[in-house]
Amino acid sequence: MKLRILLIAFILIGAAAIVGPWISPYGVSEVSSARLASPGFAHWLGTDLHGRDLLARLLYGGRISLLVGLVGASVSLLVGVAYGLTAGYLGGRIDNAMMRLVDTLYALPRIVLVIVLISLFDLKLKGFLDATPLAFLAPHARLLLLFVALGLVEWLTLARIVRSQVLSIKERPFVLSSRLIGQTTPTILIRQILPQVLPIVLTYLTLALPAVILEESFLSFLGLGVQAPLASWGTLLADGASLLNPIHTPWWCIVFPSFALASSLLLLNFIGDQLRKPQK
Amino acid sequence: MTTFIFRRLLSSIPVGVAVVVICFTLIRLAPGSPFSSERALDPATKQMLESKYRLTGSIPTQLFCYLSQITKGDLGESLKYRGRSVVEIIGQSLPRSILLGSISFLISIGLGIPLGAWSAARNQDRAGSILNGLAILSLSIPTFILAPTSVLLFSFYFHLFPPAGWGEPSQLVLPAFALALPFVGVCARLVRSGLLETLGSDFIRTGRSKGLSETRLVLLHALRPAILPLISYAGPLAAGILTGSLLIEETFAIPGVGQFFVSGVINRDVFLVSGVVVVYCAFLLFFNLVADWLTALLDPRIRLDS
Amino acid sequence: MNFCRGIPGLTGLLLSALFLGGCTARPRADLIICNGAEPQTLDPALVSGQLEGRLCSALLEGLLRRDARGKPVPGTAEKWTTSPDGKVYTFTLHPNLRWSNGDPFTSSDYRWSWLRALHPSTASPYSEIFYFIRGAESYHSGKSPADLVGIETPDERTLVVHLDHPTPFFPALTAFTTYLPVHQGTVEKFKNGWVRPENWVGNGPYLLLDWKINDRVSLKKNSLYHTPGRVQIDRIDALAVNRASTAFNLYSSGLADVLLDKGMIPSLILPELRGRLDFHPGPLLATYFYRFNVTRPPFNDVRVRRAFALAIDKEVITERITRGNEPVAQSLTPRGVADYLPPEGLPPDPETARGLLKSAGFPDGHGFPRISLLYNKSELNEQIAVEIQAQWKRVLGVEVELRNQEWATYLRSLDTLDFDIARSSWVGDYDDPNTFLDCFVTDRGNNRTGWSNPEYDLLLTNAKAEPNPARRLQLLQKAETLLVTEAFPIIPIYHFVGCLMFDPNKWGGLYPNLIDEHPFSEITKRTP
Repeated sequence: MKLRILLIAFILIGAAAIVGPWISPYGVSEVSSARLASPGFAHWLGTDLHGRDLLARLLYGGRISLLVGLVGASVSLLVGVAYGLTAGYLGGRIDNAMMRLVDTLYALPRIVLVIVLISLFDLKLKGFLDATPLAFLAPHARLLLLFVALGLVEWLTLARIVRSQVLSIKERPFVLSSRLIGQTTPTILIRQILPQVLPIVLTYLTLALPAVILEESFLSFLGLGVQAPLASWGTLLADGASLLNPIHTPWWCIVFPSFALASSLLLLNFIGDQLRKPQK
Repeated sequence: MTTFIFRRLLSSIPVGVAVVVICFTLIRLAPGSPFSSERALDPATKQMLESKYRLTGSIPTQLFCYLSQITKGDLGESLKYRGRSVVEIIGQSLPRSILLGSISFLISIGLGIPLGAWSAARNQDRAGSILNGLAILSLSIPTFILAPTSVLLFSFYFHLFPPAGWGEPSQLVLPAFALALPFVGVCARLVRSGLLETLGSDFIRTGRSKGLSETRLVLLHALRPAILPLISYAGPLAAGILTGSLLIEETFAIPGVGQFFVSGVINRDVFLVSGVVVVYCAFLLFFNLVADWLTALLDPRIRLDS
Repeated sequence: MNFCRGIPGLTGLLLSALFLGGCTARPRADLIICNGAEPQTLDPALVSGQLEGRLCSALLEGLLRRDARGKPVPGTAEKWTTSPDGKVYTFTLHPNLRWSNGDPFTSSDYRWSWLRALHPSTASPYSEIFYFIRGAESYHSGKSPADLVGIETPDERTLVVHLDHPTPFFPALTAFTTYLPVHQGTVEKFKNGWVRPENWVGNGPYLLLDWKINDRVSLKKNSLYHTPGRVQIDRIDALAVNRASTAFNLYSSGLADVLLDKGMIPSLILPELRGRLDFHPGPLLATYFYRFNVTRPPFNDVRVRRAFALAIDKEVITERITRGNEPVAQSLTPRGVADYLPPEGLPPDPETARGLLKSAGFPDGHGFPRISLLYNKSELNEQIAVEIQAQWKRVLGVEVELRNQEWATYLRSLDTLDFDIARSSWVGDYDDPNTFLDCFVTDRGNNRTGWSNPEYDLLLTNAKAEPNPARRLQLLQKAETLLVTEAFPIIPIYHFVGCLMFDPNKWGGLYPNLIDEHPFSEITKRTP
């Protein structure tokens, strides 16, 4: 029962993000002279420093943030689970080597990877896309690079967690007996071990999705995320953070984006919890 | 046991080297020079600086110079903070990050474990959901919002703590909490999910049928195996707190080592970043080692020397 | 659950052990200043930033120094004379000058320090500030020996400098950071490590007591300074703070006494601060402007550049975004530079702008190629860029893409002319328009626009050699008029305004000035 409510709520948010910008009277980057207007009749959630309507930007930003979260988390899921299953099950030297690789990649600071990736490939990707039928994607080259960068990084923790789970699961009686019967390794991995691992994977996924979205907001704060005048919740939060001061803060610029982000992530997490329950 | 540690240490060395090599190469590949500024530098001076720091020639050449320098114990000098050696910079900044990080770490697990355990134990009723919600909330708000807001609230509104700076114990409170809070949520969630798993298993049911109280069950019996996922995460958690505290350090003017990470990359200060990465790497490997050892300790089903 | 119980014990142990190690236990300094970011170096030959310059001026003293109002006054030199042709300056030092370790301070210290800064192996970013001296430039490029550089020390208290051209601002120039003296023995002994607190030897009003990276630079009054009575405050701490909001928070809570840099105040609250007793604004010798890349279309056409320049409403930017009451810039050089009157420039004119664009072949922006506006990521740059982008769209119908890059990449794009329009700023090194106008001479490193105009170059060369100061300024004004009303390789946007924040009932000796010099030795403590 509860799951249905949560899912509906989330779908509503998603729908608002997708449809909202189309029906909003204000554009996402439409500058106006009503700067830093507090919430009122003309602008329901107020405006930012440039007089851009906050509600329109929030809805549009939802699109980008949710998209980033989905793509990043999906990549991390696929790669991480496969990697962790293999390493944990095969054990021994292969496991050691695979985990050493994870350690190496883990010890590589994310920010180095992202900055270099973006500076090296931003223009090249744009030029490349321009020459192909995908030219409409060219202005969003930065966004595509972000997907890659964020997705490639989140899979590491998942791989590690999956592998440690597999290490304990594979010694369990039902796995041993499957081996005795003569089931092949892939079958064992997928049929026997994966279902056992899935709960923790799902939990971690509901931690990964928000983590990716938050990572994107951090990158936006550093100026490496979504480019102006596009917006994501991350850039809205970063803009809001720059307006904090002990004298006079335009609270709507911070409260509403935070609320949007926090409630979406809360919903996602609760959904993940509910999905997990019947597994028992 | 000792063979495990020894083998792990041995296999960690190539990891450390690989990381330094990748880091060095990436930064040298990135466009831009560590010596450029808003005021243009004349080419002769730039050339002079590059040869002074042995950054001329192809990247493999530079890498070779750098690695041979490291083997002699010299981690190089910072390119931005002229005349200061990387060892000196890290040596001054790292203890502060360790202090702040340790406190944050303790707060994370000190608040996270009880929160997660409680929300798992009360899973059936409203309280559990609320606690779970709190845990999620703590990791849903980005640090760059949380930190300045907590300054506004606790420093300027309630006048409880100083807003920034380093030197007094009271200046540690806000940054430590701001740094720890997202991790409290992560810890709580991992503990909770691990516990919910364990609480459904056979040996717990046996315990329950034997008449053991729920609290005793949770604390003494269920928590041990349930904490395994958290321990796996503790490695990256500790290393992440230690050197990933850029925002906290900037907001609270804390002279730690985390900020060199981003500022070093932005300034293309390759030696400083490589040095910081080596430290980060060392911490990560150490904590992973401890985590694996603890896991083996707590779960007899796992054998380390397979 | 061993480790659960162990946590309180562990905490106690860790805290006590690490507190002792991690915290500094020094009594509060007499004056705490938020100086800006962490200083890159304190070696005056290598310094290129203002915050480092402030510290160097407290630790070392040049022939001249700046007073609290930024005016050049005698430093180690008690007097100086000029030759009739204006090319030879003779400085006489005070008697009995000493370094902080007791060594005698002589004119050869200056000669050695200046030659060191000029030497190619020092790789000083400001070596060109010496090029006014005869033989300096060729010495720097290795073409001639040190003996041919026009610096002579006939005796311990006399320094004679030969210049290539009459340069009226030369004495004031010797107060500049790169001209500060360094102790030969210390530098030769410790090489790069000579700037460490334990090795430091200086001749200025303060000594380097301690330098904790990213934390603070601690200064203590130098008892061997030649006029110690002038220096009122004994202990100063200069904090390194990266973020404006953090600096302002430190000041608001009393953990810092003075904010010296406008960058330390969040721009959003500037209007609220105006009128407060502790807020002290003042114009600066610095300009924020946009550069064009004139080597490629569409900005190789001066009509297009002019159109873009006339389409901007700069008032909106200074009113709504920067909020510091900055004067709008219609010229490159700010007003108030000693006797110089910058040209009027052209006010915003949307009609003419549209007409120009049409005559260039892009009526209402149709057919305009895709161009981008480059800036380095900072809140202010982005806000200004968003605003101007909207203005260009509205007035000219042109879509301009925003392109932000992080610092190193942005500088590289500027150097390699890989941009269409780029955000820039320039801070004057000395109070003379030459410091601004010299940038745009053909092939200068700081040109970064690809613009080259022989008439402009000639005007500046003639101005350099012109002995009559009034006529010289006229020539410079003519050059600048060409720059900002005809050629438009740049669009000046606004002139920076500096703000000091300090309580005037507690502190004195701090005055906003054009050159933005606030020598620590001039600051006084007031008893209310």
